Amino acid sequence: MDRILFGDNQFFGVNHVSDEKSRAQAIKFKEDKTILKTIDIAIEEGINTFMCTTHDRIANVCDLIRLKPDQYKNFNIYPCMPYAHKYANAVTELGIVGTLKQYVPGNFFGSLFKGGMAFVSKDYMSMMELLIDAEMKMFKGINVPVIFIQNVLTDLLMGLGMKDILKEYHEYIIKKHNAEPGYITMNMPKLLDMLESVGIKNPIICSSINKDGFRMSGGKDLYEYTLKTRQVRAIAMQVLSGGATPAKEAIEYVCGLPNIESILFGASSRGNIHETVSLIHQFDQQKKIS
Amino acid sequence: MTRVALIGAGKMGISHLAILGAHPDVQVVGVADTSKIVTDVLGKYSNFECFADYQKMLDKTKPDAVFVAAPTKYHGTIVKELLNKGIHVFVEKPFCLSVNEGAELVALSKQKKLVTQVGYHNKFIGTFEEAKKIVSSGGIGEIEHFLGEAYGPVVVRKKQETWRSKPEEGGGCLLDYASHVIDLLNYLVAPIDKVHGAMLKSIYSGNVEDAVYALLETGNKISGVLQVNWSDETYRKMSTTITIIGSKGKIICDATEIKIYFKEADCPAPYTKGWNIKHINDFAEEVAFYLRGEEYSAQVDYFIKAIQGSVPNTKNNFESAWLTDSVIDKIKNKKNN
Repeated sequence: MDRILFGDNQFFGVNHVSDEKSRAQAIKFKEDKTILKTIDIAIEEGINTFMCTTHDRIANVCDLIRLKPDQYKNFNIYPCMPYAHKYANAVTELGIVGTLKQYVPGNFFGSLFKGGMAFVSKDYMSMMELLIDAEMKMFKGINVPVIFIQNVLTDLLMGLGMKDILKEYHEYIIKKHNAEPGYITMNMPKLLDMLESVGIKNPIICSSINKDGFRMSGGKDLYEYTLKTRQVRAIAMQVLSGGATPAKEAIEYVCGLPNIESILFGASSRGNIHETVSLIHQFDQQKKIS
Repeated sequence: MTRVALIGAGKMGISHLAILGAHPDVQVVGVADTSKIVTDVLGKYSNFECFADYQKMLDKTKPDAVFVAAPTKYHGTIVKELLNKGIHVFVEKPFCLSVNEGAELVALSKQKKLVTQVGYHNKFIGTFEEAKKIVSSGGIGEIEHFLGEAYGPVVVRKKQETWRSKPEEGGGCLLDYASHVIDLLNYLVAPIDKVHGAMLKSIYSGNVEDAVYALLETGNKISGVLQVNWSDETYRKMSTTITIIGSKGKIICDATEIKIYFKEADCPAPYTKGWNIKHINDFAEEVAFYLRGEEYSAQVDYFIKAIQGSVPNTKNNFESAWLTDSVIDKIKNKKNN
């Protein structure tokens, strides 16, 4: 994975510390081409990976990218699925079964019920596989070396103790999509324990890692200890903890930690993108020298 | 170790279950749901014992506490049964569809000395907690007026009907969305006592309202406006904002930030005269396991701690949720007059 990954929250009005900023961003990025323009700025700043939700609008951005295959031939996308609010709103409205009926492609789900056939575990797994394939369609023809499960789903499966599903997901991503599976979580040390318990070694885990200890469940000390002593390919997100810590201090902290393979951040302006990239390079360089 | 069971594994039930499953002081002893597919998936992939019939589950597993996340119309019956069996109860919001039934449950829970809680999770969000502190300490002086708003994209087109589109089963924007706002207002300002007028409007739904507008007054004569709409697609997810206007200042608070204006330099530290803005990361308390937001874990933790006796059972108990039910009832009775 690249050292720096570019995130997408800013494009869809996702801001964890201000609803008001969310709205301003949603207005700024109303047009799909404005999103691509910002991605182009990130590329100019040396970033080659875009990590994004499988939001409907990403499909449009992918269409734009496919129009210029030469320009984006070295560009990677790391999809994160599912876009949870789509399903969560549907569950509120249609219930769990109604939502599955709406989103599982084809007649798969209908036939399960109509036939009155017994549910066997393979059916649920193929349902999951169909949902993954459906979400992956939008990335056809684009380099997709790593595929992530969103934290709400990772953490839900973890809390429910559904480690076999995590394992199935892991194997399916490798086998069918020829990519590396990744996990986003708000509970990194706990997830690492669970993944290791089903034989998944040295997994790619993206989690909040920041100087403030914001959204680091189990505690900052436990995260630091885990990074120091365990085998994990960590991606740090929310490194600026929503803008609470000055950027310089925040990046210095993350660059100083062991075992952080990549840093994920999102920004909407050239100035902010440039500043963050420069800070990461600066502190990486300092670490190398010392 | 508190032995906990769940009745109703829909969206909120599953979310509670995952948090309970990861809680160090909780042993989940059973899950009951009438949906075959839900119990089937849970039975296959998790270690929870599943039941189609909750009574059978109670008899077999004998839990100390039960989380009830079944559709609202069943709350009354199920909760009464649990209380009679001496079981502590956490029930999803809104509490009950009938004010009389709710009052009976409040009395029963007191008589049985059981711990009760209703899932109004906003009270566990740091920004709203901060607003509560400032208001209670008199930081913005005497309160004159409030505005409670919530918007979100739940029903944004005409669609097939579920129990959420049936008023008699607890559907509609008033019970689902506005209840959160009313509950927060009761907590942050003062219990609402009068409804001077209300309009419940359908935008896409056939049988229930998609928006609630009401003019309110608290027992201590503070006026306020309620404006809630769950058919607003300009919001990515539910967004709740409370504005409180006092003689010495004003608070505008949502789940991510709190903005406070103080008229004078004599205001609570660390705030200063004029506008102050703080964000959720200034207040969010670390939780052992995070899913969807700190508040969901924090409310479960608070309930378990109340059972264990380490916190008082004051936040979101049946009595407080019943006050919210009674405001909902008054809005229903005043609608479109």
